[in-house]
Amino acid sequence: MKTAGMGKAGKLPPPAPLRKLPRTAGFPLHNACSPARFAALFGLMPLLKVTDLRTYFHTRTGVYRAVDGVGFHLERGETLGIVGESGSGKSVTVHSLMGLIPRPPGRIESGSAVFDGVDLLACPPAALRSIRGKRISMIFQDPMTSLNPYLRVSDQLIEPLLIHEKISKAAALDRALAMLEAVGIHDAARRIHSYPHEFSGGMRQRVMIAMALITRPELLIADEPTTALDVTVQAQILELIKKMQGELGMAVIFITHDLGVVSGLCDRVLVMYAGRIVESADTRTLFYHPKHPYTRALQRSIPSTQPKGAELFTIPGLPPDVSKPIAGCAFTPRCVYATEFCKTRDPGLLPVASGHDQACLRVQAGEL
Amino acid sequence: MSDPILELRDVKTHFSVHQGILLRKQTGTVKAVDGVSLTVQRGEVLGLVGESGCGKSTLARTIMQLLPTTGGSVLLESKNLTEGSASSIHAIRRDLQMVFQDPYASLNPRMTVFATLSEPLLVHRVCPPAEVSARVSELMELVGLAPSLMQKYPHEFSGGQRQRIAIARALALKPKVIIADEPVSALDVSVQAQILNLLAKLVRQMGLSLVFIAHDLSVVKHISDRVAVMYLGKIVELGTAVDVIDRPQHPYTRALVSAIPLPNPDAERARQRIMLPGDPPSPINPPAGCPFHPRCAYAQERCKAALPPLAAFQDREVACIRAGEI
Repeated sequence: MKTAGMGKAGKLPPPAPLRKLPRTAGFPLHNACSPARFAALFGLMPLLKVTDLRTYFHTRTGVYRAVDGVGFHLERGETLGIVGESGSGKSVTVHSLMGLIPRPPGRIESGSAVFDGVDLLACPPAALRSIRGKRISMIFQDPMTSLNPYLRVSDQLIEPLLIHEKISKAAALDRALAMLEAVGIHDAARRIHSYPHEFSGGMRQRVMIAMALITRPELLIADEPTTALDVTVQAQILELIKKMQGELGMAVIFITHDLGVVSGLCDRVLVMYAGRIVESADTRTLFYHPKHPYTRALQRSIPSTQPKGAELFTIPGLPPDVSKPIAGCAFTPRCVYATEFCKTRDPGLLPVASGHDQACLRVQAGEL
Repeated sequence: MSDPILELRDVKTHFSVHQGILLRKQTGTVKAVDGVSLTVQRGEVLGLVGESGCGKSTLARTIMQLLPTTGGSVLLESKNLTEGSASSIHAIRRDLQMVFQDPYASLNPRMTVFATLSEPLLVHRVCPPAEVSARVSELMELVGLAPSLMQKYPHEFSGGQRQRIAIARALALKPKVIIADEPVSALDVSVQAQILNLLAKLVRQMGLSLVFIAHDLSVVKHISDRVAVMYLGKIVELGTAVDVIDRPQHPYTRALVSAIPLPNPDAERARQRIMLPGDPPSPINPPAGCPFHPRCAYAQERCKAALPPLAAFQDREVACIRAGEI
């Protein structure tokens, strides 16, 4: 398996450097000559390949399997949507990749996440630091709490540049100013020295995006960036992300619970349920030909897909308790199509068509 | 036909802004709600939409008399609530109840479901203490919760179940009007559908009137009979839900409708989106004339001159002087 080889390549001890490398070059060069890195350089493999990721939280009340065997890949410049309800493990998945899981109680039990030849889950902390904030950036849900209220926006904006690049403070400020203008903040030269509380919610999210993009990352992870915003501001922010993606050519992982947001923005969509991926397809296939009963139910419960005033379709019951082991398909107790078989056998994510995977035994058997 | 139960007449809620520590001076006024007139019919669902800061929650709190009105009157079955004494307000609360946005914050974490639901019954002495338990069971069944969960605390419930408890609490006194301030915004899509179905069922069964505040227009369209769109403390468009959301007239409503992401990739990518520049202006010094003119694509010189009144246009009311032209 190609992927297994890549995972190992990431774990190899770094070869002794021939000459002293500049600090900014960082650790990723340690396996510059590895086959995986070579393949990555020539675009033979995806930008990011996650295999069998399992992140569990060990607490006094039990082991919570927040992410339980997630695997996906992301090409350069692609936009991938991850959709699911709260508690489905979408945020934990990307936090695991970025090394942001609090340990303890969290623990990454298995899996690999190979980003451009480097396994993010196995590389030394210093190597991860040189990637995080430089080549992979992240924006978070709540722009009110993700900026430091004590620091001027200018200081926060140039921080990633000062850390990751050899650049003078004045030059960094110039780039920060250009970035603020690019994300649509008027009068940026004056506002760059303001404090976060002087900005509105939408403006703060623009500052967050400017901060994330200032190092020209290859991958932007957006964790529900518009959930806390008004629809009109949400439309502005989505448009901005699309525009910046066009300019920088970066890949985007977009996490949301809103299928409407996904439909306009993403090339491909993953649907998560109880820590597992239940369906993965390109956006049009997922919306027009969903296969998994959960995806179908989720789509039918949106008010705008239903005639006005009609009773909305609802999914009976509640998402499962992930602290108890789930033997078969996690959706079984709420699924109208479930059979005895579904309770015991793990369906696994299998292709139904090229580029369309789903995890329902009855669909796999051709019964649905 | 017309049977108004709740009537707002030119309601104003202003907050004064003070500055300075020793010599506190009033330096301005936030006109959070500024001249809103509305009627809600018996058994009707009125949707109230607008961006954050437009005054929809302040309006809800003003109707509930949780905030003092600066001007105008709120009439519930022809009784003016703004002139009432504390004891008459207390009596009126039986007919007028509220459901809040965040079911994690609106339930007392130290009270069991039974304590939460029995409190209004005891305070208003609506039933003899011996019957309280039976009434609480009845309420729980009404909102789709098993009465056996009565002795549990809020933290043992999911978000959707907590919102059901909050709805049961609002229903305890058999009110005539419920004000629901973003009751589904904090919930997941599948749970949101359950709560919307529950609210629609209760309105039908109990003949309730519901003022439903939300920022999600597709949710509002689904549940409401009529919709009022608010901008900067004023109503800019008012009409039936289908008219307002499918054929919006006011430029602000048009922008709001075009900003809703559609769960349909082809339609979503094909459509023309009206991007509103900037943020809503500060309600401390709103722009002169039409408050929307700085962000409006159709604004002309005369829009800056005078405040357009909410006037009848076709089958609805619109506050835009160019309503017929654009």
